[in-house]
Amino acid sequence: MLKVENLSKSFNDKVILNNISFQVADGENLVVFGRSGTGKSVLLKCLVRLLEPDSGRIYVQDKDVLSLNIKELNELRKQIGFLFQSAALYDSMTVRHNLEFPLVRNFNFTQKQREEKIISVLEKVSLLDAIDKMPSELSGGMKKRIGLARAIITEPKLMLYDEPTTGLDPITSKEISMLILELQKSLKMTSIIVTHDLLCAKIIADRAIMLNEGKIIFEGSLEKMTLSNNPFLNNFFKHDIINKQEYKNV
Amino acid sequence: MSRKKLSYTIQPSLEKRLNDFFVMIAGLWTFSIEFFKNIFIPPYEIYEIRKHMYELGLKTFPIVSVTGFIIGLVVAMQTQPVLARFGAESNLPGSVGISIVRELGPVITALIFAGRVSSGIGAELGSMRVTEQIDAMEVGAVNPFKFLVVTRIFACTFILPILTVYVIFISLLGAYIAVLLVQNMTFEFYIGSVLKSVEYGDAIPGILKTFVFGFIVGVVGSYKGYTATNGTEGVGKASTTAVVVSSLLILIFDMILVKITLWLWPTF
Repeated sequence: MLKVENLSKSFNDKVILNNISFQVADGENLVVFGRSGTGKSVLLKCLVRLLEPDSGRIYVQDKDVLSLNIKELNELRKQIGFLFQSAALYDSMTVRHNLEFPLVRNFNFTQKQREEKIISVLEKVSLLDAIDKMPSELSGGMKKRIGLARAIITEPKLMLYDEPTTGLDPITSKEISMLILELQKSLKMTSIIVTHDLLCAKIIADRAIMLNEGKIIFEGSLEKMTLSNNPFLNNFFKHDIINKQEYKNV
Repeated sequence: MSRKKLSYTIQPSLEKRLNDFFVMIAGLWTFSIEFFKNIFIPPYEIYEIRKHMYELGLKTFPIVSVTGFIIGLVVAMQTQPVLARFGAESNLPGSVGISIVRELGPVITALIFAGRVSSGIGAELGSMRVTEQIDAMEVGAVNPFKFLVVTRIFACTFILPILTVYVIFISLLGAYIAVLLVQNMTFEFYIGSVLKSVEYGDAIPGILKTFVFGFIVGVVGSYKGYTATNGTEGVGKASTTAVVVSSLLILIFDMILVKITLWLWPTF
């Protein structure tokens, strides 16, 4: 489904991604871990060319993403869903219009078909009641669900999630993670999930990679990653086990 | 001493300011070119354009009404004693009418429109940029420039001339009130005197230049918002600089357009 070869991206002189390569198979859920500022979101944005990489190759469904013209790129983007960290709902539109927006712009559905699709995705995310609300009337968790509904309404083949559970309480985080898994199974999507949330990763991940200082330092199953002896991974996953000596010296 | 040091660290260098200035000029130019490239490509977003025209017109309507009325009133009050000094009081409706139609109506409306609309567009698009709504649109295979920018620039370009015509009439009404305070004159006689003095050559260039002013307001507001960075601070900056830049450009282009008009038609 997706293949990334030697991808690099810098901002000014700061190298964010340094020769990254990985693949994602059809129907697979890949979780991307890494500290804040290591370029996880940059990686996702490069995959859909919201950011232009400095070098490397990206193939989605065997298409070389970086060589597509804008028309071809938009055709490809219709098959990709993106859940932004902030959900990125359009402030000036109701939930209904947010969901209708990609359908009206890119597909030739009738009004009745659009309405059916909107109701169907809102039922999937259990927010049918919010159909005529404005985004400002929704809580953080509700916004994430609506963002998710908007991303899946076009039934994309590839879903990209940018920290889907950040800023949510543990119970809502778990609910969103379960929802992502359910949707992935029912719609048979391939997913890349950028997260810090280990519980979310445990629920969703088929495989995981760890980014550090612009490079992939580990690729494999989540279990192997969490049990690794690598000092960085150890520190990353066992951060909640605090050595008393560490804070005594503060 | 510490205050002096602080001011040095906060103030950007002249080199950076000049660089930012030229980047902005290039950006505004590119935005204008992109506007003309995109406007002829379907979909034409008629619904969005109509919506923006309605909203922008409605948003500015109360303030231009009040300002237009007061400007007309004040100009007539100020002109009356001057004309009285030369024994030309009977020319008051005509001279006030010409001032309002040729210059004051278009420029005052454009400046108020810039203050109200350019900042609004800058803030709206800026907040859409920093909350990734524009990215969401782009990744959803929608051209955000066409949907957000082209529609706004088009709406600004065509709503400002309509508002200007309205403001001219409101200002003339205000001027009539001022005339009534010093002379006993019927409204029919007043309007008749204004229409006798104001020619098409006074009105047409004045109205035509508001298309350019509307375009400036739309382009500057959209450019500042669309390219906003640095979170909410960037949104605030986009909003305020949009007003400053668009007001300044309106005055510069007014000067240029007046010169061109007088050069092409010296009798105007």
